[in-house]
Amino acid sequence: MSVLAYVESFKGKVKKNAFEIVSYSSELAKKLDTDLVTLILNVNDTSELNKYGASKILKVTNPNLDSFDAKLFANVIAQAAKTTNSNHIVLSSSLNTKYMAPLLSIELDAGYLSNVVELPSSLSPFTIKRTSFTNKAFCDSTIDSEVKIIGLSSNAFGLLENNTESLVEDFNPSLIEKKITINSTEKVSGKISIADADIVVSGGRGLKGPENWNIIEELAETLGAATACSKPVSDMGWRPHSEHVGQTGKPVAANLYIAIGISGAIQHLAGINSSKIKVVINNDPEAPFFKAADYGVVGDAFDVVPRLTEKLKAFKA
Amino acid sequence: MKILVCISHVPDTTSKINFTEGDTVFDSQGVQYVINPNDEFGLTRAMWFKEKQNATIDVINVGKSNTEPTLRKTLAIGADKAIRIDSEPIDGSFVAREIAEYIKSNNYDLIIAGRESIDYNGAMVPGLIAGLLQINFVTNCTKLEIDNNTATIEREIDGGKEILSCELPLIIGGQKGLVEESDLRIPNMRGIMQARQKPLEVIPSSNSSSKTKSIKFYKPDPREEVKLVSPDNLDQLIDLLYNEAKVL
Ligand SMILES: Cc1cc2nc3c(=O)[nH]c(=O)nc-3n(C[C@H](O)[C@H](O)[C@H](O)COP(=O)(O)OP(=O)(O)OC[C@H]3O[C@@H](n4cnc5c(N)ncnc54)[C@H](O)[C@@H]3O)c2cc1C
Ligand SMILES: Nc1ncnc2c1ncn2[C@@H]1O[C@H](COP(=O)(O)O)[C@@H](O)[C@H]1O
Repeated sequence: MSVLAYVESFKGKVKKNAFEIVSYSSELAKKLDTDLVTLILNVNDTSELNKYGASKILKVTNPNLDSFDAKLFANVIAQAAKTTNSNHIVLSSSLNTKYMAPLLSIELDAGYLSNVVELPSSLSPFTIKRTSFTNKAFCDSTIDSEVKIIGLSSNAFGLLENNTESLVEDFNPSLIEKKITINSTEKVSGKISIADADIVVSGGRGLKGPENWNIIEELAETLGAATACSKPVSDMGWRPHSEHVGQTGKPVAANLYIAIGISGAIQHLAGINSSKIKVVINNDPEAPFFKAADYGVVGDAFDVVPRLTEKLKAFKA
Repeated sequence: MKILVCISHVPDTTSKINFTEGDTVFDSQGVQYVINPNDEFGLTRAMWFKEKQNATIDVINVGKSNTEPTLRKTLAIGADKAIRIDSEPIDGSFVAREIAEYIKSNNYDLIIAGRESIDYNGAMVPGLIAGLLQINFVTNCTKLEIDNNTATIEREIDGGKEILSCELPLIIGGQKGLVEESDLRIPNMRGIMQARQKPLEVIPSSNSSSKTKSIKFYKPDPREEVKLVSPDNLDQLIDLLYNEAKVL
């Protein structure tokens, strides 16, 4: 019996969310009084994982796993779970992993819960807290099957340093045939995606038009943040659909969410509620966002935002 | 082409969420129900297949009789037949098993579900159906075209998109992009009249197993009041974010 943490990689390096997955899994393993095995695909240097408690690493190297295929990856992870006799599998909530997780749960006949935000509150019955109703509520859920899959919501647990020596072992799974062909992939290069970002700077209709987005972009660049927007902004074509956040758009689980010229409608808040700290900049003190935020500035975005950016530049320097 | 659209019946996005019976059950008092937004995009895309490529559309829901108005609405929009599997939707694995059983005896070329429901938020039902039936599966679909037996799909990925192709049968998790909001259809009088004549079959549950249970719900703790910072004192904001919130 062990805990299996699957962490994603990109171009030979583990993705940033790996450290949170390993931190969580290592605490879970302690709670279950068992070992942690961390599975990685096509990563050269695994040393960064030691810091968070990855005591045993199962390393797969195979160029056929360079591009993602949900069914193939689910099958590889299932083989790793069986080989290591793992009854608890921990996954991230990236788009690819959420795509793959249900397929893995069928392969292992496992119960799967997504959007998990904490360690289990009880081991028997295995009870764990997750978000539901698009972050408007939490739910304690049990997993009743022997094998359990936990999809951890991003930034829900944080990082926990726990230096260990890692034992690295090679693993050679057999690969099933791919049924889905990738014709092309388009990544917006040089931009931080909302899913990967610690900080998100988001603009609403209060910005009046796409030509004013430079103030959002400069603030985001200064903070190393991703940019996002409210629904009407993407509906009007001011910004791409991929930036639309909220209940019917993307969820944002960042450490810091800065909302500029966004009123704070219930559908918008639902999607960003699980962000840790929320800052609102709005010229209407009655805007509902002030009820949902940690910090607020009542003021004109066109005045406040450029000055804030200048001050942050000085602060960072 | 035979299409099945999975319809989840969910509280309207403006609903305030409350619970009853010792916080074990969602309180539906005064709540308006709608077609799950991701499913509505899928249904509308299915309508285009019906109009341009002669497809037939069945819709399916696992739920009790209170979901029937939602199913009638899908018929008024233009689906040909609705199926309700008569059971509480216990969890994602239960719902997927129930729907997979139905598909086994009714072969579809294309099954359209949503990327995720806005109530349970599992993002798992379509993937589980795919796994159970061993058919192709793509989620986060933002475009879908079908030519003979081949599907071409645009899918959102973290930080971009990709174009995929595969053979039918296929199940997708759809989202906005399949069609736009402006393409969504409001049932007209004729549609509503016709819907009354269309079949809404109620079939018994096959008593599938479930693997998880929701045992208790609660709402986030009430937040502390917002701390207001004067626009003339933005240094204070930076100080709070750095020293108090520790997020810079
Ligand atoms: C089914 C459904 C689903 C939805 N899903 C989503 C969703 O996922 N995400 C989402 O965002 N919305 C969603 N909405 C829309 C939502 O209800 C709101 O309409 C939307 O969030 C409002 O966007 P906004 O705050 O940018 O614009 P507005 O509500 O117009 O707010 C603009 C704000 O800017 C402020 N402002 C104006 N000028 C300035 C200035 N110079 N400086 C500073 N502030 C200024 C105003 O005071 C105001 O508060 C949904 C709606 C429906 C019906
Ligand atoms: N009770 C249900 N009946 C029919 N389809 C459902 C049901 N629940 C979920 N679905 C479908 O599965 C998708 C994903 O739901 P979920 O896994 O709950 O996030 C939804 O968008 C629907 O298409």
